[in-house]
Amino acid sequence: MKRELKRYQAIGLVAMAAIALPRAMSADYQLHLAAIIGINTIIVLGLNLLMGYAGQVSLGQAAFVGIGAYASAILTVKVGLSPWLGMAAAVALGALTAAIVGVPLLKLRGHYLAMGTLGFGMIVHIVLVQWDKLTDGTVGIMGIPPLSAAGVALESAPSMYYLVALCVIVSTALASNIIDSRVGRAMRAVHGSEVAAETSGVDTARYKLQVFILSGALAGLAGSLYAHHVTYVHPDTFGFAYSIQLVVMAVLGGMTSIWGAVVGAAAVTIISEELRQYQEYSTILFGAVLMAVMIFMPGGIWRGAGDLYRRLRRMRPGRARAGV
Amino acid sequence: MGRSSKVGDAASLTPPRGPAGANGEPGEIRSGMAPSVSSLLQYLVSGVTLGSIYGMIALGFTLIYNSTGVVNFAQGEFVAYGALVAISCSTTLGLPMPLAVLAALVAVTALGAVLERLAIRPARGSSVITLIIITIGASILLRGIAMKLWGPDALPMRHFSGETPMGFAGASVLPQHLWVMGIVLTTMIALWLLGERTQVGKAMRACAADREAAQLVGIPASRMVMLSFALSGMLGGLAGAIVAPLAMGQFDMGIMLGLKGFAAAILGGIGNPVGAVLGGVLLGVLESVGAGVRSEFKDAIAFGVMLLVLLAKPTGLLGRRAQ
Repeated sequence: MKRELKRYQAIGLVAMAAIALPRAMSADYQLHLAAIIGINTIIVLGLNLLMGYAGQVSLGQAAFVGIGAYASAILTVKVGLSPWLGMAAAVALGALTAAIVGVPLLKLRGHYLAMGTLGFGMIVHIVLVQWDKLTDGTVGIMGIPPLSAAGVALESAPSMYYLVALCVIVSTALASNIIDSRVGRAMRAVHGSEVAAETSGVDTARYKLQVFILSGALAGLAGSLYAHHVTYVHPDTFGFAYSIQLVVMAVLGGMTSIWGAVVGAAAVTIISEELRQYQEYSTILFGAVLMAVMIFMPGGIWRGAGDLYRRLRRMRPGRARAGV
Repeated sequence: MGRSSKVGDAASLTPPRGPAGANGEPGEIRSGMAPSVSSLLQYLVSGVTLGSIYGMIALGFTLIYNSTGVVNFAQGEFVAYGALVAISCSTTLGLPMPLAVLAALVAVTALGAVLERLAIRPARGSSVITLIIITIGASILLRGIAMKLWGPDALPMRHFSGETPMGFAGASVLPQHLWVMGIVLTTMIALWLLGERTQVGKAMRACAADREAAQLVGIPASRMVMLSFALSGMLGGLAGAIVAPLAMGQFDMGIMLGLKGFAAAILGGIGNPVGAVLGGVLLGVLESVGAGVRSEFKDAIAFGVMLLVLLAKPTGLLGRRAQ
């Protein structure tokens, strides 16, 4: 009960912060960045559930984002559907693809699963590039129309930001509910030991698939939001590099928390943006930082910072505690 | 950025033919026409050449995987550095070819050892996903350094013994093709001898088979781990140096080569050295033939094959280790 209360407090805090943010930030650019962070957060929430709770690695999550983004783009630009319908289709397609691909892939474990998802991601990217009748290939699709609510087009930075923030809050609440539910407990059992879970009567295959499908749906939603926010999609956005970035966000944030998704997404997005000014050195710095964090803080920045804080506290003179 | 580079393009390993003769063109045969014997033979030549390179890369993966259980995502970067160092030595410094190749070998071997010491050793005992991300970080770092040192453009390298193609039953074989196949074959034999006949080699195999047991009989496991990284570096570096004349050297050539090399390792059965080489050659031929038929999906062939193997028989063709 107490845990549930803490969860709702957390979500409430996130909601308040999200609403207050535009007041604090004047520049459109910052709101745009915040929207991107929000979009990444939605994907990472799904990844956290998949990797952190169900213990399944996915190195191809960008593929689902790309599928969602292109679904929205193609349906609104080429077919002329309403953007909301396009978004619904994006979510559905993300979920459907995950379902189809998940059935055979989730039979694999460990490294094999990682490589399987990687291969799937690479193939989706190649299809996006090569099936140019549908996707316009490396030209990309531009002029994606904005979503509109009550007759008002959601084009400005603040309005798009609010939409994304709303989706983040809803996704967070959803994820939080799942974690505390029967499904969540089953997932944690699977992560702890699949064999033990099976013997306790947990239908591991079904739960793994359900989580995978959910992560695909969330990624699809994020992709659709991205398409309408940036109004242009290109295959290279949804390649291996983005998949890796997403995994890094999940791990950096500490895979097992809701907060972690926000922290991880924010950290990596902001760092990548900041590093861009160093141009040539940006890749070098990113790689170095990534390695350093994974070597010294593999539990994520959250836990790493906590460990550091505790260690510093213990080092203060006169505060030696036995057995701490 | 992020597009599959020309390197690893099966077609670019074949000598230009006919008036158009542009490098990187999908090939002499237009899709839709039935391939003739000579063109099939041509695909075989470039396929086996490319496949030998994939095999070397796959072998590097296997060595490290066997000794540490880690998938080294930076393996492709070993190849890139091998190519680029060889190019620098031969073109910029004007060193004779054998010295340039040797320099590349030594440099990347050292790189492998350094990577193990600085990145893997400190993170010993971490989870699978952590180690994967560390090697991914290493590959990003190495790629960034390579771009700083050698720039973004593709750099050419002189062929070892000239570029006059030799006719062979209608197929055109470059001397460099023979160099690649010959050197890879020699390396394989040398490695086999190392594993069978030398103390060090046997120690490494023991460590890979059962680390604790090996330590019990006095084999320094951690040193074997570093050796496997160094050896992996050597293989990758050599592969890069010998394929550079055919495919050029570029800072990001490692991405696709690494991934495809890993696909080859999975095809042959990860953990099995013979499987790695076999998988490499097979993948090279499949890709070459596939590229000749339908060039756009050339890159998808490697990943498609890998997915197929993972779904049908994850342990691969010659799979030995269960996990």
